[in-house]
Amino acid sequence: MNRSRRRSRLLLTLLLLTSFTLITLDYRSGSGNPFGFLRSAASSVFGPLERAATAIARPVGDVVSSLGHLGRDKKRIDNLERENQALQERLRLGELNQARSAELAKMDALAGRGGFTRVAARVIGFGGGLGFASTATIDVGSRDGIKAKMTVINGDGLVGRIETVGRTSATLLLANDRKFTVFSRLVPSLEQGPVTGQGPNRPLTFSLLSQTASLKVGQNLVTVGTAGGSFFVPEVPVGVVSRVRQTPGALTRTADVRSFVNFSSLDIVGVITKAPRTLPRNALLPPSPTPSPTRTPVTPVSPLPSGSASPSPGATASPRKS
Amino acid sequence: MRASRIFAASVLVLTLLPLQYAVIARIPLPGVGPDLLVVAVAAVALARGPTAGIVFGFAAGLVADLAPPADHTVGRLALAYALAGYAAGLLADEADRSAFLPMAVVALAGIMAVGLYAGVGALLGDVRITGPALAQSLPSSVLYDVVLTPFVIPSIAAVCRRLEPDPSRR
Repeated sequence: MNRSRRRSRLLLTLLLLTSFTLITLDYRSGSGNPFGFLRSAASSVFGPLERAATAIARPVGDVVSSLGHLGRDKKRIDNLERENQALQERLRLGELNQARSAELAKMDALAGRGGFTRVAARVIGFGGGLGFASTATIDVGSRDGIKAKMTVINGDGLVGRIETVGRTSATLLLANDRKFTVFSRLVPSLEQGPVTGQGPNRPLTFSLLSQTASLKVGQNLVTVGTAGGSFFVPEVPVGVVSRVRQTPGALTRTADVRSFVNFSSLDIVGVITKAPRTLPRNALLPPSPTPSPTRTPVTPVSPLPSGSASPSPGATASPRKS
Repeated sequence: MRASRIFAASVLVLTLLPLQYAVIARIPLPGVGPDLLVVAVAAVALARGPTAGIVFGFAAGLVADLAPPADHTVGRLALAYALAGYAAGLLADEADRSAFLPMAVVALAGIMAVGLYAGVGALLGDVRITGPALAQSLPSSVLYDVVLTPFVIPSIAAVCRRLEPDPSRR
């Protein structure tokens, strides 16, 4: 009795020390992370499992078709990969029901307006880190040409960016995660500032760098381009200002931003693999005066005043470990 | 016997983790959904004692640290689950006395897991760990964990009995 008690205590001490060692190793090491290999190995194992679990969780009609496709299509995709990307994608996405093919078409329309080359993907997993993180797994990886830091969109706007890449799956940092920051421009003015996630089910936050510029509810935000070292694609709609916070004495003014994207019901997304370095201003915002067609109406946006663009400092999203 | 236990544990983790990310996370529950793994860790510890709780907790946590879409520091969940498993295992004998005590043990394991994960995160400067985030996730996840207890504990206990009919706990 006593001996096995001692044994379990010894084991506990040993494994706790191991945990602390792992945490220290992962926390301390920067780019040459020894866990990169393990993460992509885990991604190879859990990517297909999450995909299968997603397929099973779909409504019954979906289940039958997706399950039937799982094994057979994989081989075919491999063969067709180089020949026909569109066909391959179609197969991988499986039988799209009406809602999902509408989602795909909407995302394609947005990518098409920007002249982006995109890889369509499906979200197959959500929410690591006991609900504190806002991350997702998608069913494309290095095999499909996905690399870290690529911008991810859907038909509504900016979804997030690629964080880690496995062979057939990748992890995506959603824009509402607290680690996420994207440099954005206020429309119709040319004022810029960072938009930062505030956690699941919370609005994003925009900090306006200029002291004097106007900041009003209903103004849209779009990403600032690749100038200045940002790795985000330019002009992607981010969200709309929903509340201006009054913080007397603060150096920057901040506002709540309602994202155009509904993060809790993500399904079809597009990873942008190639994009023009610059785009005409506001090329991707919906042409109608109401910028978010599906959600609450916002005040009409007045035409863009012609002015010189301030040099963009670029987005800063430091992938810091914690 | 040992190999079959490892096999059963692997199957458990390989089933629960995808279920957690692909199914549970999609259910629009208020707050944060249940943590299937911590319930499983508590169940294994209740059936097999503290040593099994530590080992299974550590292993399951390490896998959860690495599997997508997790992107926090490796080792945080391993640490949290190992300690939660140890605590649940120590209470295994007491918990046999009543049908409700296992629920209390699961609640304790859930609180410990979230608390340790968040605590280590706070020490490392994880920006995701904030007061409001903790207030949102801790009560709801523990509540859902407890709701799952009557389904998970008996099934895992049955598997454990099957693998080793006469458990020598501790």
